[in-house]
Amino acid sequence: MMFAVAAAAVLLTLGLAVTRAIRGPTVFDRVLAGNSVGTLAILLLAVVGFLTGRPEFLDIGITYGLLNLIGTLAVLKFFRHGDLAYDASEPR
Amino acid sequence: MSGLPVIVDAASWLLILLGSFFTVVGGIGLVRMPEFYTRMHAASVTDTLGAGFLVLGLMLQAGFSLVTLKLLFLLALFFFAGPVVTHALAQAALHERIPPLLAEDRRGKAGAGGEPEGS
Amino acid sequence: MRVVSLAGFLFAFWLALSGHYTLLLIAAGAVCAMLCALVGRHMRVADHEGHPIHLWRGTLTYYPWLVWEIAKSAWAVTKVILHPRLPISPTMTVVRAGQRSTAGVATYANSITLTPGTITVGVSGNTLTVHALMREGAIDLEGGGMDSRVTRFEATA
Repeated sequence: MMFAVAAAAVLLTLGLAVTRAIRGPTVFDRVLAGNSVGTLAILLLAVVGFLTGRPEFLDIGITYGLLNLIGTLAVLKFFRHGDLAYDASEPR
Repeated sequence: MSGLPVIVDAASWLLILLGSFFTVVGGIGLVRMPEFYTRMHAASVTDTLGAGFLVLGLMLQAGFSLVTLKLLFLLALFFFAGPVVTHALAQAALHERIPPLLAEDRRGKAGAGGEPEGS
Repeated sequence: MRVVSLAGFLFAFWLALSGHYTLLLIAAGAVCAMLCALVGRHMRVADHEGHPIHLWRGTLTYYPWLVWEIAKSAWAVTKVILHPRLPISPTMTVVRAGQRSTAGVATYANSITLTPGTITVGVSGNTLTVHALMREGAIDLEGGGMDSRVTRFEATA
């Protein structure tokens, strides 16, 4: 029961984050919303894992968290430098 | 997962409800705030208190097991990776000259308050 | 020394995630941990800055304090978000980080970002540019309470 409440809250917040991603207006608002969606997806995975009595979902959650971090940083780096292999210490 | 003492069960109920509340508050802030930089503050409520309370509540449900340890990893991930992403996002936005909506800019005069500390 | 401790941490992480304790899997975990630690040494991330185990004593007192600060400021931000008139007063300010090592400055900048209501938007040397949701948050930071906390945390090494 309490897991269902938590899942509902996380889903509601996911809806709000997606609203922000659609409304924009800048690309950074969308990246921020995308990052929040990632965090909420991890929470949802954890809660649903408990809801269905299969906490193995947590492994997927941890993996998703690591990917979310790298993904967000990659998108930002691409916007900033237009190049994923940019290295500030290299002369160009 | 059954047969928990009533007190532990109640405490985890409370933690999960608190976590749900702060998660939703962060979402509301994400929609309500007027511009990008202020929205980031709202999102960090979800990332810290919302996620923190939810995971703590789940930890109480899991009892003392590997699942608890994994939840702890999740918490550590939020704790150390969250600010990195937030900072990168803010820095990138500032670099792209997204103008922050400011009630007051203390960058010039803060020297009086900030400078003598830590020396 | 740091490489060994990094390998130890990685191996513990493997054991915690796997949950299957057969000889083959444990041996595979040990080999992977050692390889990753060696790669870490090669990339120079297993150093004073990337794997700061010398700060372990400080973490016992600093992080509980930080969690309490996070809870307080998150509650303040929550009240603002739920307030019908949304009484925000966004402020930009500059604070000085009094820490000597890069790990110390990074800890301070991370702590500022982690507490809802304040975000570090720029770092150059020992000067941090901070965006605060409310004016009071910026003034609190300028007061330097958190800065001296982090400096003490850094000095426990």
